[in-house]
Amino acid sequence: MTEKTFSELKKKSRSSAEGLPRFRLALMGDCATQHLATALRGAAMDRGVNLDLWEADYDQLQAQILDDQSELYTFEPAAVLLYLCSEKLYDKFAKCPLEQREQFAQRTYEGIAAYWDRIIATKSMQILQYNFVELDDRVFGDYAAKNDGAFITQLRQLNELLRKGAQQRSQVAILDLQRVQNELGRRTFHDEKLYYIAKMPISLQALPAAADIAVDRVCIMMGRVHKCVVLDLDNTLWGGVIGDDGINGIQIGELGLGRAFTDLQLWLKELRKRGILLAVCSKNEKDAAMEPFLHHPEMVLHMEDIALFVANWEDKASNIRYIQQTLNIGMDSMVFLDDNPFERQAVRALIPEICVPELPQDPAQYLHYLRSLDLFSTVSYSETDQIRTRQYQEESSRSQAQQQFASYDEYLESLEMLACAAPLDGFRIPRAAQLTQRSNQFNLRTVRYTEAELEAVAASEDYHTLYFTLEDRFGDYGLIGVVILHKEDAEAAFVDTWLMSCRVLRRGMEEFIADKIVETAKKNGFKRVIGEYLPTAKNKMVRDLYAQMGFADLGEGRYQADVDTYQPHTTKIKEKTV
Amino acid sequence: MNREEILEQLQPIFAEVFEDDTLVVTEQTTAADVEKWDSLSHLTLIYEVEMNFGIKFQMKEILEMQNVGAMVDIIAREAK
Repeated sequence: MTEKTFSELKKKSRSSAEGLPRFRLALMGDCATQHLATALRGAAMDRGVNLDLWEADYDQLQAQILDDQSELYTFEPAAVLLYLCSEKLYDKFAKCPLEQREQFAQRTYEGIAAYWDRIIATKSMQILQYNFVELDDRVFGDYAAKNDGAFITQLRQLNELLRKGAQQRSQVAILDLQRVQNELGRRTFHDEKLYYIAKMPISLQALPAAADIAVDRVCIMMGRVHKCVVLDLDNTLWGGVIGDDGINGIQIGELGLGRAFTDLQLWLKELRKRGILLAVCSKNEKDAAMEPFLHHPEMVLHMEDIALFVANWEDKASNIRYIQQTLNIGMDSMVFLDDNPFERQAVRALIPEICVPELPQDPAQYLHYLRSLDLFSTVSYSETDQIRTRQYQEESSRSQAQQQFASYDEYLESLEMLACAAPLDGFRIPRAAQLTQRSNQFNLRTVRYTEAELEAVAASEDYHTLYFTLEDRFGDYGLIGVVILHKEDAEAAFVDTWLMSCRVLRRGMEEFIADKIVETAKKNGFKRVIGEYLPTAKNKMVRDLYAQMGFADLGEGRYQADVDTYQPHTTKIKEKTV
Repeated sequence: MNREEILEQLQPIFAEVFEDDTLVVTEQTTAADVEKWDSLSHLTLIYEVEMNFGIKFQMKEILEMQNVGAMVDIIAREAK
């Protein structure tokens, strides 16, 4: 949540937008939206986004949405922000006959969903819908909780219906304005005078926060998401200084202020489970810094939660750059947490792209403050997000190892790579079929197979299949390559399919597979192997692969190897049997 | 706080809200004298004055304020 005031945002909205990326947003409401528009422009500018905003006239929703030639559609926004206020909702509720009030939420929802669907059907754009802030007329007092026909009951139901409706529509996102009101309190969120005089339901004090949750979403749509939190240790992750206080003296868990740090760690762990990477950047001796993660019984975070652990006496900005390069993510996708204002300022100065929250002085306030910033909104979530930390850990161990070796060959040698090659069996066919469907870059002919087709191929005498796995001392890549040889005639084997996962590029796997292809052909009595490259928009990386592997160029994308004169390669990969 | 002090404290608020650093208001200044003083910016002005002086205007006062002097009247009465 922004800490800027409305006036500051207003000033910001007038600052130069030169060179900033633009985002086209339409704004429509059933109330006055001019001040909201100003706050949106300012909040966007504050985040380095030039908001190209079109604002509908007051209460023109229906006309704009239903007419497919309206300004809403001719403006061609990337997203439209819809704001329907609770005050207007109440006016409608008051007109609703008593016997229909229990259906009020459902009917109102259907009306809003019809707007959504009409917009979706007319033009491709995202829909951002503020939910309804809670407004309780107290007509029933607390009995409203037992009364399906009470306004507050219907309003809450409506918010729930909107939530479910948005779940069913990928184009619709609900912006939780109610949460903003929760944080600020109704008395602050709403200014009666402002509403009565100008039909503005959100006070000028609350507008920055209301605008900010919309701009958050805009930033996500523009691909600006935070993927990694870089953590200081002493007095950030635990109370005290590990180097001075020792493992028994730092405050975590039940000791001293420990509970505040425990809760922060619990939250960070939840982020980690959601796919956010955690990295440590601490000025400490590495052994001392790691000790609590390894041995403190009340630490919530452990070494396996940390994608990359950096503890030394270098300056933090350099270490953060190292973390960024190792994890290979954008600097603007990183958040740096440090209790020390000097370190924060130094990092901000040297790395303007990184997000550095101004942590409160009191550790008791850390968590509340960080939650309120809403740095980790997302538009999607999948199971692979959960294992990302492990993948990055393996990757970063590899690249750390790489630094210590003089030559790349020496490094490859140290990886202790083990590969296996074998004909496809029932257990591997599903994954192999999936690879033929998905691999685009390292794929010589891009032939797609279903599982059933692949089963038939594997069973046929005219085909010889191979799958490849690779592991090294840092981890197991699993099945990373598929080859299908087809008997062209008695002497020639044609490489129908050769694909490989790009994760294992340039480790000798290309050579290993090429050798296996020729070896398999020879073993099955063929004299020649014919390879072919079929270009697509995405597979340029393998255009010269056969030539590089020592095949002779036959022209028109076809290559040939003679099984008797073919020179096998030397690689650092050892073969293991299944 | 006397009327002069109030007026002096109001100057930067007016300059800020109406985006004019050279703007100087007197008790006689009305909305018609200031280019950007419309019904919308009036509400921003009210909010800023309320925050600065720790007071709350009544709705009627907001709507019926004739000039800056009328605003000073209310502030002189309400502000401690």
